[in-house]
Amino acid sequence: MTTVHFPALGLILLFPALGFLFNLFYGARWGRRWVNVVGPGVIFAAFAVVFVSFIRLLTLPAGSVLTVTLWRWIQAGPFHANFTLQMDALSALMTLIVTGVGALIHVYSVGYMAHDDDFARFFAYLNLFELSMLILVLADNLVLMFMGWEGVGLCSYLLISFWYTNPAFAYAGRKAFVANRVGDAGFLLGMFTIVATLGSHGSWTLNFGGIQSHLALFTTQTATIATLLLLVGATGKSAQIPLYVWLPDAMAGPTPVSALIHAATMVTAGVYMIARLHFLFALAPTTMELVATIGAVTAIYAGSIALVQPDIKKVLAYSTISQLGYMFLGVGVGAFTAGVFHLMTHAFFKALLFLCAGSVMHSLDGEQDMFKMGGLRSKIPITYATMLIATLAISALPPFAGFFSKDQILESVYNSGHHGLWILGIITAAMTSFYMFRLIFLTFYGESRVEEAKAHHIHESPSVMTTPLIILAVLSIIGGWIGLPEHVLWGNKLSAFLAPSVGEFTPIMHGSALMLTAVSLSLALLGIIAAWYFYLVAPGMPYLIAYQLKAGYNLLLNKYYVDELYNLIITRPLFWLSTLVLGRVIDAFIIDGIVDGAGLMVETGGQLSRRIETGNVQQYAFVYVLGVLAIVAYYLYLVTH
Amino acid sequence: MMTVSYSWLMALSAAIFTIGVAGVLIRRNIFVMFMSIELMLNAVNLAFVTMARRMGSMDGQVIVFFVMTVAAAEAAVGLAIIISIFRNRETVNADELKLMRW
Repeated sequence: MTTVHFPALGLILLFPALGFLFNLFYGARWGRRWVNVVGPGVIFAAFAVVFVSFIRLLTLPAGSVLTVTLWRWIQAGPFHANFTLQMDALSALMTLIVTGVGALIHVYSVGYMAHDDDFARFFAYLNLFELSMLILVLADNLVLMFMGWEGVGLCSYLLISFWYTNPAFAYAGRKAFVANRVGDAGFLLGMFTIVATLGSHGSWTLNFGGIQSHLALFTTQTATIATLLLLVGATGKSAQIPLYVWLPDAMAGPTPVSALIHAATMVTAGVYMIARLHFLFALAPTTMELVATIGAVTAIYAGSIALVQPDIKKVLAYSTISQLGYMFLGVGVGAFTAGVFHLMTHAFFKALLFLCAGSVMHSLDGEQDMFKMGGLRSKIPITYATMLIATLAISALPPFAGFFSKDQILESVYNSGHHGLWILGIITAAMTSFYMFRLIFLTFYGESRVEEAKAHHIHESPSVMTTPLIILAVLSIIGGWIGLPEHVLWGNKLSAFLAPSVGEFTPIMHGSALMLTAVSLSLALLGIIAAWYFYLVAPGMPYLIAYQLKAGYNLLLNKYYVDELYNLIITRPLFWLSTLVLGRVIDAFIIDGIVDGAGLMVETGGQLSRRIETGNVQQYAFVYVLGVLAIVAYYLYLVTH
Repeated sequence: MMTVSYSWLMALSAAIFTIGVAGVLIRRNIFVMFMSIELMLNAVNLAFVTMARRMGSMDGQVIVFFVMTVAAAEAAVGLAIIISIFRNRETVNADELKLMRW
């Protein structure tokens, strides 16, 4: 493994940083034309640098790392963390996704935000997000990674509540922020555990390389504690049980934000972190089991909710949670390359799905209820075609991107001996194709159910929005081809590329791959057929089933009442505690009492002591004489004793 | 030649000083208060020359000249202030001059 000094990595951060500053301070003043160029332009520039770095990395032997130390950052006794960027295979792939997909979404946003007056603030936030995300994936130590981790959380909050005049949107932003804080606390504690464990043996480091070379200092117990705490952070950021609740509400933000942050990039940070620290997680089998279980349960749980949601973005939100569950499942069974592979293909097709949903909403004046759509196929053909491709990709049909990655995950799960989790996985696969084709059929097929007022000006989005759709559609088709199964054509290039960064996956048994593929594929087809039957052939069926299984339907429609449960056991008691105990007693009584009391004491003291100032010069002189006498008396006393 | 003992001179000085202090504290007329201050100054002067003579040193005598100079300046400024006050307020009663208070 060679480490190559590569200062150009700094440019990757510089461009979005400049874009952020420009849009923040000059965007509104210089106007839309400048913002529309600078906003996406800096991301394209960053992408170009990433691409050059990637090519440079490819020319080096496998396992090489590009690195640059921008400045010395934290120096505390024996501990130090530098602002050092590193690009290995995993970071390279992540930066390519973050800047590549990010650039396309920036372009799309130019069209999407064309009628919003706050475009400059929007692009400033998007650029800041790109900057934070790039710090996150390029950091060479946990502290710097945490900075990016917090940065993306902040941008997520800012962008979810972008339309802050709507109280519900502002609330959604707060919810995301608070849920992420819970996870971030776990991340911090995990970091502390690592530095304490290593530090107690005299190795004060949080560099990934440093942790990896001192793995022997971890016992199974300390590794388990550290990874469990980091897992809390991952579930927060990547919207897994139990901290997933913020992601569906995060759809309050503008749709490009949902595509970029809450589908393609930020929410995969948890998966990235686990893959980045794979050597540490490998020491803690308990945590790995938990990661896989959380992933599988989240996948099927969120998938089941997505089956009945009427809101097009909510379906995609739960679908995202479900697909992130797949990634967790993959990395949880040790198939890090498969998990990261799915991360990549998911970034393509889920970003595309969200952008298509945005395009649909754009053409319908912001309508999100799928039961008020229908028959849009011929009216917005490009959106329809690209969304269909993305749907085929997420439904894991060959040769679309999702097929290869999801198949690899399921195969790895089965081969690692987790048959129960594998069954959850394939059921989720059936659900995925069902709810996605339900979305397609409800939106684009059948009779038009569009409201009269909106029906007459349905229009295809401008080319600035459709071009990114087409590019992402191409990626959703061919994106999976770099990770073909072993021995098929050029085989799994991606796995070979990533292996030095995240370790090779060695399944326990071989040979059943074709059989497994056939099972998951047939279930996916079953889902499609069911959706076709329910929503095109017999549109009355869903209502009948919903009526027959009212309890189950309501359970799903209301998302298992988890929001209500959290409200009851966490939010309400906290609220009660803050209002009554902390607010009325501690704040209003004790703290206000101290503050007001201090003021009152000074005022009363002043009122009393001002009476001394009579203005009568003879009184002053009298006191003065008394003072002189006192001093004389004192000296007389000293002399006589 | 009859010499007066230093104790008598110091006692005289103390008596004049006490009269001055009493005058400042008790009398309401600021002119009288002003004159009482002069009394105190001269009481101190007397104490200075007495002690200078007793010590056989010129220092005390020199200081007296300074005191007299300063007293002259003080008399000029002080009288000017009193006249100015009287022009404005038409009174020299200290009890009626209590503007600087709460």
